[in-house]
Amino acid sequence: MPPFQVLIDEHAAGVMAVLRGAVGRADAEDCFQETFLAALRAYPTLSDDRNLRGWLLTIAHRKAIDHHRANGRRPLPVAEPEEMAGVTAEPELDDGIWELVGALPPKQRAAVALRYACDLPHAEIAAALGCSTDAARRSLHEGMKRLRKELA
Amino acid sequence: MKASLENLAERAAAEGLLDVAYATVDSPFGQLLVAGTPRGLVKVNLPNHDAEQTLEDLAARISPRVLEAPARLDDVRRQLDRYFEGELHEFDLLLDWRLSAGFRRRALRAIDRIPYGRTRSYMQIARSAGNERAVRAAGTACGTNPIPIVVPCHRVLRSGGGLGGYGGGVPMKEALLELEGALEREG
Repeated sequence: MPPFQVLIDEHAAGVMAVLRGAVGRADAEDCFQETFLAALRAYPTLSDDRNLRGWLLTIAHRKAIDHHRANGRRPLPVAEPEEMAGVTAEPELDDGIWELVGALPPKQRAAVALRYACDLPHAEIAAALGCSTDAARRSLHEGMKRLRKELA
Repeated sequence: MKASLENLAERAAAEGLLDVAYATVDSPFGQLLVAGTPRGLVKVNLPNHDAEQTLEDLAARISPRVLEAPARLDDVRRQLDRYFEGELHEFDLLLDWRLSAGFRRRALRAIDRIPYGRTRSYMQIARSAGNERAVRAAGTACGTNPIPIVVPCHRVLRSGGGLGGYGGGVPMKEALLELEGALEREG
């Protein structure tokens, strides 16, 4: 297992960017601390160090979901989100896009981050945000439309 | 990001999750890496040794919870600075001896008692560690000293007065002895 500092050096900026997208700049710091403390706690017992970035992002996305839950949305009737072996988004390659995501209205921002940074399906995004699947899909759609406009 | 990471290191320490804290220290010989556990200073990495490799060794031998946390090593860094300025003659630090064992640890403890500016022979160290004939092993204890400078293996010389070897290179050994005024005394 590499020294934990190696994970921080390689992934802290990427995790922070994802969290800024998922919960907004103001709350990202708290989620960041919670994410890395949880990771540090579990690290010595981790059996597979091949996808450390995916592992960190899984924890980050759980912390982001916890954050949305704690913010007064109704409790989640879903199981723990499944392991994300293949995280598809590459936010660390393009942190700039996450700045734009972070500037979206909260619901759109969360929907976009949960979809593209955490790779959640619509139903789980809905569960995380405490809204219907249709509403989650709409938030995602609106968020993406705005991003496309800003990037155009 | 820097503030976030400092905050993280402090919270990790408060929650008992910081098993090895490390920091770098500038010295007249190049950059040192110092590492501590909750028990005390466990490792001083000399400039001619690969710091990255040392951190990997610490992760493997102590715990992978290794974080850069300079604030946890303020005292070590301050005392080293003053030592290199010639102002500090005796380190007052808790040491974690876990990276040495058996005869080597006994030899290092004997070395730790050599006063500033004084020297001993490898044979004297072997005797203090309980085996007068284990001169070569005493040399190995010096060569594998995990906490050089603070545990002053540079004060151990050959019986005939020759400098012997040093993990940081013989010129560094000579310079440390000179800093401490030990060469004139022996000369």
